[in-house]
Amino acid sequence: MATTWKFTAKEIVEKPDLFTSGHRACAGCGPAIALRQIMKATRGPTIVTNATGCMEVVSTIYPYTAWKVPWIHTAFENAAANASGIAAALKAMKRKGRLQEDIDIIAFAGDGGTFDIGIQALSGAAERGHDFLYVLYDNEAYMNTGIQRSGGTPHGASTTTSPAGKVIPGKRQYKKAIADIMVAHEIPYVATASIAYWQDVLMKTRKGLEVEGPAFLHVLAPCPRGWRYDTSKTIEIAQLAVETCIFPLWESTDGQCSLSPQSKIVALKPERKRPVKEYLETQRRFRHLLTPEFESEIDNIQKMTDKRWNKLLRRCNLVSL
Amino acid sequence: MTEKQKGWKEVPVAGVCWKPATDYPTGDWRTFKPIRDPEKCTKCLLCPMICPDSAIEWNRNTEDIQFDYDFCKGCGICANECPAEAIIMTREEEEA
Repeated sequence: MATTWKFTAKEIVEKPDLFTSGHRACAGCGPAIALRQIMKATRGPTIVTNATGCMEVVSTIYPYTAWKVPWIHTAFENAAANASGIAAALKAMKRKGRLQEDIDIIAFAGDGGTFDIGIQALSGAAERGHDFLYVLYDNEAYMNTGIQRSGGTPHGASTTTSPAGKVIPGKRQYKKAIADIMVAHEIPYVATASIAYWQDVLMKTRKGLEVEGPAFLHVLAPCPRGWRYDTSKTIEIAQLAVETCIFPLWESTDGQCSLSPQSKIVALKPERKRPVKEYLETQRRFRHLLTPEFESEIDNIQKMTDKRWNKLLRRCNLVSL
Repeated sequence: MTEKQKGWKEVPVAGVCWKPATDYPTGDWRTFKPIRDPEKCTKCLLCPMICPDSAIEWNRNTEDIQFDYDFCKGCGICANECPAEAIIMTREEEEA
C-alpha cells in the first residue's frame, strides 16, 4: 500500500471543508466532528451516500445542504446497497468509456443504520466486494429519534427504551462487536478510530479509500445529548474511551490485525490502562451505576472490557495480561 | 427567512437542495462565546480539527487562526481541549 501521503496539521486546515459549517447539529456534536475529519482525508472526486440518521437530518435541511460533494440520501437499511449501486454504475461507465477518472465512494451510516437495520445490506456489499468505504459513526443509540437503544448501545446505559429503574440497570445486553463481524467477512481493510485522534482518523480514512474492495471504518463519536454530558467534553470522553480500553483502536489489513499507537501504548504499559469507572462517571446515562444497588454492574462492565481487550491483544500477537 | 419560497415549478427535481448551508448562520444559538488569548496561543492547530462547526479557521494572510462567530454554537470543546489554555468561554452579552 502506498503511504507517500502524510497529514500535517497545516496542510489539513488549509484544505477547504467538504462538510461545511451551517449544518444544524447540536452544539458539541461528535458525529459532525467525525464527518468533518473524514471529509478532510478525501483524495479526489468523491460521492457520498448517507443512511438516515442524525447526520443526514442535520446536514440537509431542505433547501440547505452542508455537503460540497455529490450526496445521496438513502433509507436506514441500504447505505451499503446504495454504495454498491454507485460502484457498479461507475464501473459500467468506465467500461463504456464515459468516465476516465477514479471516483471514491463513501457510505456514512450511524449505529442504528449499521448494527441493527443496515447489517444485511452491509454484509451483502462486503461479500460482493464492491470498492467503497463504509463509515460507521457510532453514537451508541438512535439519537435522532429520541435516544432509543440500538445494538451499539453499551451495557448499563440508560436510554428511553432501556430506562434504568429500581430493578433493571439500563440496557442489559452488551455492545455488538461489529468490527469483528466485518473482519470475519475477510474484507481488505477494517479499522476503529476515535475523533479524539484526528490524525489517526484521517490516516485510516485514506487507507480505506486506497484499498481495492470494501473497507469498514468504525468511528466512536460521543453525543452530548444522548450520553448526557456537558457539550465541551466530547473529545475528552472520546479519548477516555480509548484509554480505558472500552473502545480500543486497531486496524486489520488483509486479516493482519495491529493496534494503533494510542492503544498500543496501553498494551505495552498496562499501568496506563484506566479503570472503566472513570469513563462511566463522566456520563449521566450511566449515573444509576454509581448507586449502591447497581455497583456490581461496574465490575461486569470492567470484566467484559478486559475480556474483549485480551482477545484483541491475542489477535494482535501481543502477550495478554 | 421571510423570502418568497420557490413554487413547485421552480424547485429542482428529486428534491435536490440548492442552497449552501453556509447561508444559514447558526451562531445565534450560542450562549457562551470562545475568546482566544493570542499571547498564550501556540498555533498548534488542534482546535480547527476538533470544532464540529468548522468555526475556527486558518487565515492564510495573517498566518493565524480566527473564530467564525457566524457559525460557532458555543459548545466549548476548543476551550476544554486547548493544551495552552488560551481559549476561555465568556457569556454572550445581551444585545440591545
